[in-house]
Amino acid sequence: MTATASIQLWWKRRILPGFGLTLGFTLLYLSLIVLIPLSATFAKASGLGWEAFFRAASSPRVLASYQVTFGISLFAAAVNAVFGGVLAWALVRYRFPGRKLLDAMVDLPFALPTAVAGIALAAIYSPNGCLGGPILALTGVRIAYTQLGILVALIFVGLPFVVRTVQPVLEDLDLEYEEAAASLGASRLQTIVRVVSPELFPSLLTGFALAFARAAGEYGSVVFIAGNMPMKTEIVPLLIITKLEQYDYRGATAIAVVMLVISFFLLLAINGLQRWSNAGRAR
Amino acid sequence: MIESRPAPPKRRPTVEDPWWIKTVLLAVAISFLVIFLLVPLITVFASAFQKGLGAYFATFSDPAAFAAIQLTLLVAGIAVPANLIFGVSAAWAIAKFDFPGKSLLITLIDLPFAVSPVVSGLIYVLVFGSQGWLGPALHDYNIRIIFAVPGIVLATIFVTFPFVARELIPIMQAQGSEEEQAAISLGASGWQTFWRVTLPSVRWGLIYGVILCNARAMGEFGAVSVVSGHIRGMTNTIPLHVEILYNEYNFVGAFAMASLLACLALVTLVIKSLVEWRMHVQEKSEEPVSSA
Repeated sequence: MTATASIQLWWKRRILPGFGLTLGFTLLYLSLIVLIPLSATFAKASGLGWEAFFRAASSPRVLASYQVTFGISLFAAAVNAVFGGVLAWALVRYRFPGRKLLDAMVDLPFALPTAVAGIALAAIYSPNGCLGGPILALTGVRIAYTQLGILVALIFVGLPFVVRTVQPVLEDLDLEYEEAAASLGASRLQTIVRVVSPELFPSLLTGFALAFARAAGEYGSVVFIAGNMPMKTEIVPLLIITKLEQYDYRGATAIAVVMLVISFFLLLAINGLQRWSNAGRAR
Repeated sequence: MIESRPAPPKRRPTVEDPWWIKTVLLAVAISFLVIFLLVPLITVFASAFQKGLGAYFATFSDPAAFAAIQLTLLVAGIAVPANLIFGVSAAWAIAKFDFPGKSLLITLIDLPFAVSPVVSGLIYVLVFGSQGWLGPALHDYNIRIIFAVPGIVLATIFVTFPFVARELIPIMQAQGSEEEQAAISLGASGWQTFWRVTLPSVRWGLIYGVILCNARAMGEFGAVSVVSGHIRGMTNTIPLHVEILYNEYNFVGAFAMASLLACLALVTLVIKSLVEWRMHVQEKSEEPVSSA
């Protein structure tokens, strides 16, 4: 019985042609484009020796750029988690004219090239820009060419992630639970806090992590608005380019390896989070 | 769904937010979108046309601008088909067959999305650059990859690598392989089965992946910036030309070039919405068939 079943399974698996060809091509292409160049970077870094690597990856200017990049990325992802959550809620639960248009617009940061976003944001928030000018006049706060400018750019690039991870979960969420909670006497606030938010939390956290990962690597939209002052508004990707332009390949490689390791861990964390949030949905 | 439900109670427990919460949240959501998305988009076009149509079109009479547009089309014209073929092939292997290490393979395909664009460019400099692994050998044969078009193409392929594959894999997995098996057992060849059975049922997902891949390929900045060398009229794509004009304080020119990319983004969003709508229609029309 099991023998025939396994033969049937084997036959079923093999009945479609092209397994060897497609998997072979996939692995070859993946190796040539992604795996070999990435491992070349690690090989180059290991050639530096531990001490030289450590020195290049942890000089004061580099440490300051980690702080700028990761600190502001965290802040931007948190802002996106709050406003992205509100936006997803409004798009799913409320009916208002122009809703479809707003929904389509959310993806703009995915479609608009980062350099375009960068020069537009720099023009808007510069001291004589349409928002930067009034804000400077009213509050005395400069946005462009300060850390706030980096924050604005990173909020822009991370905006769709939270909305697009929370939205489908919210759409699948059965209203019956909320009705049940309400009919048992819970206030609307209690229902939101105790019934809705536990369901949304995994997807909110996934969106937060995706926005953070994207922000940490972002270059194009930031360089125009950042001011790029070493120790103050210099992000890690810009520092890598600066080192390359000075032919400091060792320094650039060391920092790139640190960034790569961090992004691998983020990717693993995000995969775990996605499984968690899908498991929640399947229930 | 059971239709013969008892009549709803006179006062249904409310799951609606009170009107004032609704108003506040909507106002917050809409102003957030307007400030962060609409204002930048309008700024691109407003700045491009601020000195009139003549200044706008003067940007495009510059041969360097023309060369940048040409190069961008060339790069996308190579990178998108390459990743399309890869995406289809990876989706076929992953969705139609079982093999060990499949989930690792899916994670590896997603890897380029996790890598910073600047690092994506750097890894090719470390392989093909003058200081890189293959640099000396390439120099002997007088082949230039870094600071030349091949490097730009490679970096663009890297950053757009997952788009088609990650769109197709879940769709093809959800569809299973019964229809293909039926076609094969009725005597169709592998190619016939792919063209006539598989492709029609995944076409919207395929288009979706391709337009997103194309938008990113034409707009990539960070990765291309590292490998390009910024040689005017030679290795500048549209985004790099935008940067050069902006740094020369030629704002009208920079925003005029940027407006091309903004139009591309808008067209991408429109096609994306249309495709999403078509996919939704297709899903609905297939529902009764699959449940029967």
